[in-house]
Amino acid sequence: MNVIEVKGLKKSYGQVHAVRGVDLSIPAGEIFALLGPNGAGKTTTVEILEGFRSRDAGQISILGFDPHSQGYAARQWRDRIGIVLQSAADAGDLTVIETVRHFSRYYSNPRKVDEVMSAVGLEEKSGALIRNLSGGQRRRLDVALGIIGNPELLFLDEPTTGFDPEARRAFWGLIEKMRGNGTTILLTTHYLDEAEALADRVAVINNGLIIETATPAQLGGRATSQAVVSWRDGSQVKSEATDNPTAVVTDLSVHFDGEIPELTVIRPSLEDIYLKMIGGADE
Amino acid sequence: MNKIPSALNIGIRRGGLEIRQFARQRESVVFTLLFPVILLAIFGSVFKDTIAPGVTFSQYFVAGMIASGLVNTGFQALAITIPMERDVGGLKRLRGTPMPASSYFIGKAILIAVSMLIQIALLFGFGLVFFGVEMPTELSKWLTFTWLVLLGSACSTALGIAFSIVPKSGRGASAVVSPIVIILQFFSGVFFVFTQLPTWMQQLAAIFPLKWLTQGMRSVFLPDSFADQEVAKSWETGRTLLILVLWLVIGVFFSIRKFKWDRD
Repeated sequence: MNVIEVKGLKKSYGQVHAVRGVDLSIPAGEIFALLGPNGAGKTTTVEILEGFRSRDAGQISILGFDPHSQGYAARQWRDRIGIVLQSAADAGDLTVIETVRHFSRYYSNPRKVDEVMSAVGLEEKSGALIRNLSGGQRRRLDVALGIIGNPELLFLDEPTTGFDPEARRAFWGLIEKMRGNGTTILLTTHYLDEAEALADRVAVINNGLIIETATPAQLGGRATSQAVVSWRDGSQVKSEATDNPTAVVTDLSVHFDGEIPELTVIRPSLEDIYLKMIGGADE
Repeated sequence: MNKIPSALNIGIRRGGLEIRQFARQRESVVFTLLFPVILLAIFGSVFKDTIAPGVTFSQYFVAGMIASGLVNTGFQALAITIPMERDVGGLKRLRGTPMPASSYFIGKAILIAVSMLIQIALLFGFGLVFFGVEMPTELSKWLTFTWLVLLGSACSTALGIAFSIVPKSGRGASAVVSPIVIILQFFSGVFFVFTQLPTWMQQLAAIFPLKWLTQGMRSVFLPDSFADQEVAKSWETGRTLLILVLWLVIGVFFSIRKFKWDRD
């Protein structure tokens, strides 16, 4: 059974049709990235799945629950999911460890506090007041609070915005570890390299509809699209778009009798494909 | 598989956490807890007269200060701080956990009750030592005092949580809430002798709980002979209980039905 199963999801705000019929199927253990420009319906979709917003139409099953459940069913459902929102700047007067420990008391089956602290790399800051953390440290605390309940499904909303490259790599490592534990993750991000590094599959949403769902390598026909081979010939840099880059390189190798000067073979990046799909409309 | 902790269990833990956070904001701790004492000092020094045989203004004022302390500490503080918590995303994050809304409310109620007890102790201490305030001697008056504080605190907490849906942002909350509280205090006979207020003011005040809390506190701190000077020539204890319970129910109803976890 899929962890997330969505059929025909619709949501309008007055005359604005934010989500116009979204289908999603995400199996257990998958890291799934939802990509889309601002205003595409991405946030609305995710917030409906997180149970923060109501929907106008469509069926949703998340871990067998409807996210619109109320009362004890809602608690049972939330006990099994984790949500890392875009930003939360509360509780500045508490220390990191106090907050993580306190949140662990909300769940039936929490992870060990120490284990979570070290997973997000905050052991050294455990006694620090939250108000004194840097932006990146705060973000890691957000993640710690999202995973303290040992969730089967984790929602990650723009998790690395504001991170330096080193912190992003460290964070990706953390997500890889969670993949190892079998956690299903629904990721939204503006960083295409992040989606490429982490996601098993990506979906592109635009104008309230999912345009395509594929692996990062195959999205938008990327795997089979033309490659660009470029090299230096005397004073000129030359390039050739081709369906058969290997043949081009072989020919060039014969032509230069060995090493080809400044050789590169480039396939379109995920970002190129993505921008083409959404018509260059991103921000 | 373990069970999800009960709403009460989480609520008590939230109470501890709320108190810890409050205690770490030193300026606001000192100001909140000592505010009634400062007011008592000012009014006690300005008005030295007796307002009835054997009843000093300080004595009258202590009753008003405890009642309005309940409103300041509960209603006013919550109606201002909850929109702030909402603004910074703290409430939305809580909403995403298995913590039920009732636990959040229980935590707030514990914070308000504890801070009220400290406030009352300070007010009693300073009142006794510096302003010759007399404490009631009969057990029945202390019983009345106890249920008034408990019910008043609960009522004030519930209404503060309910009213937190009104301010659009944390920034503007104080501008919306504070004038309401100050006007209510003037109308309800906290700063002035209630019977000396214009009739329309008295009638308006009688709709709201502060007037009844203040009158109830007077029944504790003033001699029973003073009851004759009340509007109804009586302490109206039963009616006070009824009206406070009614407002508590209204507050709880709107808190549960309308509480906003998110800005939009």
